[in-house]
Amino acid sequence: MALLEVSQLRVWLPTQRGPVEAVRGLDFSLQRGETLGLVGESGCGKSISAMALMGLLPENAEVSGSIRFDGEELVGKSDGAWCQLRGNRIAMVFQEPMTALNPLHSICEQVGEPLRLHRGMGRAAARARSIALLERVGIADAARRADAYPHQFSGGQRQRITIAMALACEPDLLIADEPTTALDVSIQRQILELIDELVRERSMALLLISHDLGVIAQQAARMLVMYGGSVVESGPTAGLFARMAHPYTRGLFGARPRLGMAPGQRLETIEGSVPELADLPAGCAFSDRCAWAQPPCVGNRPAPILVGAGHTASCLRLDAVLGANRP
Amino acid sequence: MRSAAGLRAAPAIGQAPVPWLRRAFSHRSFAIGAVLTSLLLSCALLSLVWTPWSPYEIDMGAKLQPPSSSHWLGTDPFGRDIVSLLLVGARNSITVGIIAVGIGLVAGTALGLVAAARRGWVEELIMRLSDFTFAFPAILSAIMLTAVFGAGIVNSIIAIGVFNIPTFARITRASANALWAREFVLAARACGNGPWRISLDHVLPNLQSALTVQVTIRFAVAILAEAALSYLGLGTQPPQPSWGRMLAEAQTLLYQAPLLAVFPGLAIAMAVLGLNLLGDGLRDLGDPRLARKR
Repeated sequence: MALLEVSQLRVWLPTQRGPVEAVRGLDFSLQRGETLGLVGESGCGKSISAMALMGLLPENAEVSGSIRFDGEELVGKSDGAWCQLRGNRIAMVFQEPMTALNPLHSICEQVGEPLRLHRGMGRAAARARSIALLERVGIADAARRADAYPHQFSGGQRQRITIAMALACEPDLLIADEPTTALDVSIQRQILELIDELVRERSMALLLISHDLGVIAQQAARMLVMYGGSVVESGPTAGLFARMAHPYTRGLFGARPRLGMAPGQRLETIEGSVPELADLPAGCAFSDRCAWAQPPCVGNRPAPILVGAGHTASCLRLDAVLGANRP
Repeated sequence: MRSAAGLRAAPAIGQAPVPWLRRAFSHRSFAIGAVLTSLLLSCALLSLVWTPWSPYEIDMGAKLQPPSSSHWLGTDPFGRDIVSLLLVGARNSITVGIIAVGIGLVAGTALGLVAAARRGWVEELIMRLSDFTFAFPAILSAIMLTAVFGAGIVNSIIAIGVFNIPTFARITRASANALWAREFVLAARACGNGPWRISLDHVLPNLQSALTVQVTIRFAVAILAEAALSYLGLGTQPPQPSWGRMLAEAQTLLYQAPLLAVFPGLAIAMAVLGLNLLGDGLRDLGDPRLARKR
């Protein structure tokens, strides 16, 4: 049985224009020891999905569908029950290491917090364990620096600290929401390698959220591409990159910067901008920006179609798209 | 002196930052406010162990004396020593301030934290209630409360304290709501902290500077309110000395002994000014954007 099974997850967020469906029927499953990548632009529902998996959606959000974690249904759990899981069996690494740490607590207090909450450790035990964790994530001289405050560390070091915090209770599932977006490219690589090592070492499941196809290609065995709150394409990373089926995935791939591009050469872009969730077309969410779109796309929501081994894409014009050259 | 402090205010990276106190005292309002406030506190402390004369002893033979070497600021219509009355009055003002602000701080902060943690109807209820209390002018309501429940120091402390609650509740809620939206609170929730632990461990410590500023300002307001109530005869009752009552007694003799009104008036003004300047200074010092100025 999969560790995490999400089916038909829908999230409505209240806005001034009424409730808006921010996640529109998310389906996926995740095994222990597996890394799943989730790609998409800002506003496509990646972070909202992550928040739903952590039970941290705003209180007035509505959730339907099912999230089964280790056989247990999470949708509809009370906040108290969520508190038992969060930081204990499901943990999260955030995007902004500069703001994800409380400026007024020392780092060893913060890393030790989940241990004291969930493992009932005393101050001294939590401290000893935090120092070991800080060492493990590569904070040099951890024993001496344990009582330092977050502002005394660099961005990369702080991200290591938040990772130590997330791993304190050895969670089964780690959600990393753009863990390297705020970091320098050189640090980015180190942090990703660290996460990868730790996931392997503890055979955790990792849900890696990023807008960076390069990051996903490197880290994830399987990936989902999200647009407008729904998954437009999913499959094994290698197979998906070899045969991109959805026009959006192709657009995203074409838009990435590459080494060796001629100076002054413009990046390809996807026409238009991400519409507000309330303004998404009724049919295929991408239809108003898609070069392949035809009248039926506007009114009909495409169902996922198998295009390769475990590789599906939701597009009405798959034949035409797959017939064309890859970008 | 000034430039030396300025140079040290921008330390090179890796160098120890300027000691907080040095930076604080180069801030003019803070320095003046701190001096005046410590003067007020030392007067109150001094009155516990020593006053030149007994503030309660009536000596009709020595009434309305001008300042002299035995009575430095003269005597009042009952022959009591003004210096002694002022010293004990300072203690009275501070007691009222501490208890009244304490009531407001504890209850208001708790309500504000609950409002921010629970949101929804709880927040609405708390905030509408405090709007309701806020809508009445505090001093009028305090007069009303003491008129209903009886004049006296205890009732006036409670009345002043109650009207401090909404101020602290509002400030706490506004700052706490901003903190709840911060990523480190989200991270703390992701660690499995419940709303109460977040409020106490993560939100409250970050409110410290906002609350400190408010405490000094509300302290000044409380001293003023106590003086006003005592002036009207609703606050401190005789024979307990109070600056407000001294003013009231001086009023009838304004032409014969004008100095009698000047000294308690000055005492009230200095205490309030000092606390306000201290509050302003603390606010500026707590704001990193203003820290480099002055």
